[in-house]
Amino acid sequence: MISCEEAAIICNKTQYREASFIEKLKLRFHLLVCKICPVYVKKNAQLTVLCQKAHLKSLSEKDKRRMKEKLNNKF
Amino acid sequence: MAAHQLRPETWVDLYADYLFNYAVARVSDVEIAKDLVQETFFAGLKSAKNYKGTAAERTWLIAILKRKVIDYYRKINSKKGKAEVRLSYSSGSDSEGDWLEEQVADPYSLLENDAFENQELGLAIQDCISKLPKKQSLVFTMKTIQGISTEDICKELNINPSNLWVMVHRARTALMGCLNENWFKI
Repeated sequence: MISCEEAAIICNKTQYREASFIEKLKLRFHLLVCKICPVYVKKNAQLTVLCQKAHLKSLSEKDKRRMKEKLNNKF
Repeated sequence: MAAHQLRPETWVDLYADYLFNYAVARVSDVEIAKDLVQETFFAGLKSAKNYKGTAAERTWLIAILKRKVIDYYRKINSKKGKAEVRLSYSSGSDSEGDWLEEQVADPYSLLENDAFENQELGLAIQDCISKLPKKQSLVFTMKTIQGISTEDICKELNINPSNLWVMVHRARTALMGCLNENWFKI
């Protein structure tokens, strides 16, 4: 039997489709007996949907470094 | 003493992504948005002495960025020919050519509302990400927003996969707590 902590980690992996078959099975069994984790799993899945919906953009670390350099030159 | 102080050396880390999302939503071009963010930082630095400390740093930077976006549209609009607006527009005989009347937003369209809501959501998420510890926000951003593979992130940050998943776990849990409950439907 896995702990809630482990279940949460597997749940996070599934958000990125990186959980193995065995891990998914372990998670399923855990969800059958745990009362707390199903809420977390549901909310986590919604967070994934929200992140997709928001079309988040971010600057790469390289871009940020360049920005910092340019900004530092102006100090 | 002023309530807020400017610390330009922290700007890029704290606000670059937030400003960038704001800009991309308005100019829909990544390169232009990037330039606008950079210009905003320059302008902020230049007028730092005018900062009175009444608004938070980010609010103040957003105000500058708003001006930059407006200036950008002024500039590209002055390049275009002046648009013609007719007082009596009938779609039958005048329908040749690009008429502004045909470009007016449909007030009943749900799509536009959606885009607006998503933009608001994007800024809310970005705000929460910026409150995470530096390493967590970096891992979460690389994994979720930039979609970099676990292996590559581990190599670049010199961590092992279980470290990575613990950080992703902490970041996601924090985000669930930080994001307004209204966004979740349970």
